[in-house]
This record gives sequence, C-alpha cells and structure tokens, in this order.
Amino acid sequence: MKYYMVKFSDKGTIAVDDTILVKGELSCAGSHILDGYKPLFSAEAVERLIAKGYEIAGKTNVGEFSLDLVGEFSYYNELEDGETLKGAAAELVKSGEVKAALGVDMNGSTRRAAALSGVAFLKPTYGTVSRYGVISCAASGEQLGVYAKDADAVAEIMTVIAGNDKKDGTSLRNESYTYNTNDDVKGAKVCVVKELFDKADDTVKANITSYAQSLKAQGVEVEEISLDFVDIANTAWQILMCAETCNNVSRYDGVKYGHRSENYRNIDELYVNSRTEGFNFLTKAVILYGSDVLSKHRYADCYDKALRIRRQVADKMKELFSKYTAVLTPACSKTEYAQYDIKDAFTKVFEESVFTAIPNLVGTPALVSNGVQLMGNHFDESKLLSIAKTVERKGE
Amino acid sequence: MAYELVIGLETHVELNTESKIFCSCGGHSSPIEPNDCVCPACAGMPGMLPVMNKRVVELAATAGLMLNCEINRYTTFDKKNYYYPDLPCAYQITQLNHPICVNGLVKVKTAAGERDIRIKQIHMEEDAGKLVHGGNSSYVDFNRTSVPLIEIVTQPDFRSPEEVVTYLGKLKSMFKSTGISECEEGAMRCDVNISVREEGTEEFGVRTEIKNMASFEAIDRAIRYEAQRHMDALEFGTEELVQETRRFDDVTGKTSAMRNKETEADYRYFPDPNLMPIVIDDEWLEQIKANKPVALDEKAEAYSEMGISDKEIAMLMSEHTVAKLLDDVIALGCNGKDAAAWILTDCAGILRKAGLKLKDLAITADGLSFLIKKVEEGKLNRGAAKKTLIAVIEQGADPVAYCDEQGFLVEVDSSMIESVIDKAIESNPQAVADYKSGKEKALMAIFGACMKELKGSGDPGQIRTMLIEKLKN
Repeated sequence: MKYYMVKFSDKGTIAVDDTILVKGELSCAGSHILDGYKPLFSAEAVERLIAKGYEIAGKTNVGEFSLDLVGEFSYYNELEDGETLKGAAAELVKSGEVKAALGVDMNGSTRRAAALSGVAFLKPTYGTVSRYGVISCAASGEQLGVYAKDADAVAEIMTVIAGNDKKDGTSLRNESYTYNTNDDVKGAKVCVVKELFDKADDTVKANITSYAQSLKAQGVEVEEISLDFVDIANTAWQILMCAETCNNVSRYDGVKYGHRSENYRNIDELYVNSRTEGFNFLTKAVILYGSDVLSKHRYADCYDKALRIRRQVADKMKELFSKYTAVLTPACSKTEYAQYDIKDAFTKVFEESVFTAIPNLVGTPALVSNGVQLMGNHFDESKLLSIAKTVERKGE
Repeated sequence: MAYELVIGLETHVELNTESKIFCSCGGHSSPIEPNDCVCPACAGMPGMLPVMNKRVVELAATAGLMLNCEINRYTTFDKKNYYYPDLPCAYQITQLNHPICVNGLVKVKTAAGERDIRIKQIHMEEDAGKLVHGGNSSYVDFNRTSVPLIEIVTQPDFRSPEEVVTYLGKLKSMFKSTGISECEEGAMRCDVNISVREEGTEEFGVRTEIKNMASFEAIDRAIRYEAQRHMDALEFGTEELVQETRRFDDVTGKTSAMRNKETEADYRYFPDPNLMPIVIDDEWLEQIKANKPVALDEKAEAYSEMGISDKEIAMLMSEHTVAKLLDDVIALGCNGKDAAAWILTDCAGILRKAGLKLKDLAITADGLSFLIKKVEEGKLNRGAAKKTLIAVIEQGADPVAYCDEQGFLVEVDSSMIESVIDKAIESNPQAVADYKSGKEKALMAIFGACMKELKGSGDPGQIRTMLIEKLKN
C-alpha cells in the first residue's frame, strides 16, 4: 500500500491526511479529479501545530474523499495482491514513524482504520476544531480529528488544534479547549449497545467483552442496553452525507483546476467527461444517491426526513448520556478487511458505517482505542480519553 | 373584450458593501482587471468556508424596513445547485425557506392613481461571475462572484408597465440616496412575471416570465410586447399560451421562449450547513432601525422645509455621500440652506473646474462647518473661504490648517470696528451729509469704505448696525 502522497520531512512528527490542506503541497483527497492541485493556504489545524513547533512529515494517502472503508479506493493507491486493507495514517502512527496524524472523520474511515491498526483516534465534538482547510464533503458532520498511539498523545495534539477560528462559521466560540486523561473513572457508567454488538463478528465481540471486563476491574459499571434507532440513524447520516458530498464535489468540474478531460467539444462534454474520468465508482454512486435525495420529488421523504431524524437522535442521545458516561461499541464489524470490488463499496461502507454514524449525525465525540469505540456526550472528550487510558495502562 | 394585465417582479439589487458577502475581497464595485478581486473562497477552492458579512444583513434589513417589511429574526441560507462555468462552486448560496424580510408594502403613484404593491419577501444571495468570449475560447471572470445581492419579490400587484417603471424608479432613488446600493448600470436586474386576464375576473391567466432585464426602457417595452402577445392569443387564438421563461431581444423588441434546459432545472435546494442560522435579536434590530437612513420622501420634505430648492434636493438625492455631508454639517450647527449652497454652488463650481464630479467631493463635515461658521462670524471673508475650498479640493489641504497658514482668520473686536467706522465717517463728509439729509443710498459708500478697510473681515450685519447707530449722533 501507499503511505505517503508526498513526504516532505524526515524529522516530521505529524502526518496529515490528504483531505487536509498544506500550503503549496499536493492535496488531492485521493482523487484523480484533484490531480496536481496545490492549495494557496494551509488548514488552520496545520498552522496551529506548526506555530507550536511541530513539524509536518507529509501527506498521507486516503481513499477518494474518504468515502471508502479505510483508504483502499485512493486513485493513487498501490495495493499488492492479497494485502489486507489498512489506513495509511493509522499504520504510520502504529509503526512509530510519526507521533500523531490528522484525519477527517466523515463517514467512519478514520475510526475504522484506527481500530484495525490498534491506535487511538479521536473524532472531537463538532465545532471544536476548525474545518478551514479541510477538503469538505459532508460539512454538517465531518470533523478534523487526531490519530495517535495513546490517549495522552491525542490529548496533547487536540489541545493545540482545538479552539475558535473566525475563518470557519461553524466553529464554536471558546478560544481554547483543554483535554486530559486523568479524570477519575471510578463509578463511571458505560453501556454496551446490543444492536451494534450483535452486528460484529466473534473476534470483535470478544474484544468488546474483554474491554468491558477491564473497565469493570477499574470500578466502571458496564451495562448492556438496547438502542432501536441505530440503523435509521445510519441511514439518515448516509442521506445527509451523500447529499452534502454531491453538492461539495460539484465544484470539481474540470474548469478551474485538477483533472480536465482532453476529450470535449463544448462545456457540457467538458463537465461530463472530466467528471466521468476524475471520480471513481464509489464517488459516482454517492453523487447519484445524494443528487436523488435532494431532488424535488424526494426531498421531503429523504433529505428533510433525515434532518428530522437527526434532531430526534440528538435528543435520544442526550437522554442516554444523562444516564451513562460513555457508550461502548465496535468501530467496525471485523478486525481485518480483505480487498473487494469497488462496485460493492457503496453498500459495504453503508453497512459498516452503522457503528460510526451517530457521532457524525449529532456532532458528539467518539474515541477509538484498543480496537473498540467509546462515544460520549458533547465536550466529554476528556472523560472518554480518561476511560481509554485506564485500559491502555492495564495493557502495559 | 377588456383585459387586465397582472405583473409581479423579482428585482436583484447589488448592495453597497466594502467586501463580498462571504469573504473579505473588496473593491468589487470599481472597474478592475478580470479576476483582480478574487480569493480562494469566492473562486470556490476546496478548504475555504463562507463567513457571513454582517453588513450585508444590516443593509438587507434596512432595505426591508424602507419597504415596510417585517424582519425575520431567524434567517437561514440555502444552496442552489446548477452547473455553469461562471459559478465556481456549482452552487449559489441564497435564501429559500427563511428569507430576511417578508410582507412589505410600497405605494406606487401613476397617472392612473395610487396602488399598493405588496412585497412578498426580500432575500440575500451571492452573485455569479461572468464569461468573456474571445476567439475560440471562453474565459471566466470571478470578480463578481459572491458580490452581495438582495432579491425583492413582489406579489402580482402591478397592473401596468407605468406602475412597474415607477416602482423601479422609486426603489432606485431610495437605495441610491441612502447608500444601500450604488444602483449603477446593471446593478439592478429584473425578472418580470406577467399574465393577462379578462377584466373583472379573479383567476390568473397563464403566466410567463421574462428574465434578466437591466434597463427600465427595455422592461417597459418587454411588458408591452408580452401583454399584446397574451391578449392576441386570448382574443384571436393566435397561439396557445404556455407557462414558460422567455427572454427579451432589445433589437427586435420581441420576447422568445428560452430552451427548456435552461428553465426546467431542479436546483436541489438544501440548507447550507456551513452557515449557521442568523438570529437578529432586539438589540441588533434596534441598532439597525436607529441607523436606518431617512427614506427619500421624508428626507426631501425635510430639505424643502429648510428652504433648499427643488433642484438642489434633486442633486442631493442622486448623491448619497453629498447628502450625508450636508446632514452632518447641519448636525454640527450650520444653517441648512446656506450649507446646501456652499456644497452645491461653491464646492460644485470648484469641482467642475477641476474636472471632478460632485461625488468626488472630499471634505469632512468638520472642515466644511468650520469654514461656514467662520464666515458667518465674520472671522473669514468669503473670498478666503473659497480659496481654502480650492486648496482642499485640488490639493487635499486641511481647511483649519490652511486658513491658519494663510493668515485668513481675522480676530475682530468691536473697538477696532469702531475706529474704522469713525475713520470712514471722517473721510466721507459728503456721503454723511447726504445720508443725514435722507438719501439712504449714501450709506453704501460709507459702509463700503468700512468693509474695504476691514478687508472683508467682521460681520457685515453688525458693522452696518454700528454704522447706522453712529450716524444718528
């Protein structure tokens, strides 16, 4: 597999996903349509890290617009026969080549990659980290997050990058946020969602069970609960995500930058041929699905309904978090993904995203650690990190 | 059969702001090279996010208040999707579900009487760029992308082209005189919805829409042509009317149907997740109301009461910066009629000689009121004041400093005036004798001698009174 799109420093300690802009460096979001695109500015999170003395190692390969499982369908990927699927940034963190990496959590690919590689990834509360300089797809739920080897390293990087940015209208007002890993977890209550647990394979189930055991050993109460809306919440997010992605990638039309087809006689052919050549099958499926749910005759039944479901799920999650500190779930159904045909990707990603969709839908934080996922209430990142740390410590 | 014309208008007006609606690009209203006024945001580059320009909200709400609208306290933006090379993101940010202003009313007076035109809504949106065609290629110019616009949508309340043109003229002078829009060529564009029905019936006829017209004259002609076409179809069955979008050809004077492709698009509107809903709270609304410039009619009336002539009022109405200068000078305690004369006669004359326009007048209200007051107080003679104005207009001099440097300001005290008067009486015995014998005109000779001696300083009225007083003895 290909790890770096571009590597520009051997001394660098932070890798940056190719969906995040670094001034003057290739930024293609894994897509042929953005061939050769070099931005005029860096993402706010990148600027903040550089200002604090962190050096950027390079741009890591991602799947086209991060729409796939873990990065397998990057236009620039080089997979060998029989190689299992991994995320580039997560693997670089695992190998210790970089201390941390920035990734954009949009439809679960970052959290799945972290789970497969056994590293940590935090998708923070929506609005805490600036999205300025993120190649945006699903603006209402995507959030820039951090891969690192453990909770402490996640907290360190998050403290640098989070905080209000006037260049992002969705950025929350707090000038800064601090993250720690030493909240007392004794007496915390964690629930396991039966519906999500049941969707995982035996290895993942065993991981969840053993994680729950470790928590109990630290004095955390663990209960199983039922959430009957996980599938509908996922469908709602897929509708919103596809619609917003369809809209955001409309600007890649071959007119201004990136790939332009050599084969056109008029503006319509320029659009159609550039986009046909520039997007992969999965992105095209997302564009068609997104375009459909926004069309006049489907809007009320699909898009608008998804917005209403978003509000209801938000209410139900709020109620849930009034009883539990965190929700323990798988981040994906397996511990290993084999290569597969891109024609199956839309359905496969849809199915796998049931584990990751709720935090994207309602803007809450989620932390992947030791192969499992902890979801928390808005701004409860430190609680999640502290819970994860107690289990990390036990593993040492 | 008698027919009635039913017309509704959608009018786009460019707002006069320093920067674009969602980025800080400025200077879009001045003529510049293509793509000079473009940043990654308004060029639709990935990674950039729209950030709301607060001034746009304030100007849109102000326009709404002038058209007697309700201001929606909760207003949101939507994305409208379509592909065109002059639209860099392939979507336009506009307002569909929660426009900033609703339910307004404008009175339109024509020879046929006065009619109430209801305003359905006013919404904010961004403009698109433009295409430039040359040789075998087309080029895009993004200078205009994201320039702030408001779209004013009326109910189908117009009944004649005269009413439409009067309404548009009213909007234009209202927005121009208050600085909401420069209303320059092309900054006001109209879509006209038109149908014809039998007089006395309630039901609307088949509606056609004529898109994107910029000149009042073309709008007037287009409406007349389209109305006749509808009436011919109804009366003589010349053709079957269909609901469609048409364009007006300025040369032939006819309208023709646009291709279906351009009109039957599904724009797939949805709420823009990058722009949080805008909440206009009481405090902000009060502030907007307090800063609302006085509307044209009220303002013209107030000027008229000050004794400013109709011609001068017309000049003030066409240049809002000049009107603002006058208002500020009046607020600093100067007489309105005099101040208007200073601006529209003295300053205008100097500007004309320098090849400049009235709108180029660059003098502060403080500076101008200083000059006016010093002249009134007799501490500066009019000629010197005019020289100062020339220096201000032609060289950008500071009025206070300039008068000081040139020694124009004269401190006059009454004992000095008294001695000048005494001297004048002494050296003009014949005039004094004539005056005393009843020839009032003779006073002018003595008065003139005083003024000559004082070199124009001193308050003429006061000097005259003192002189008459002395001559009584």
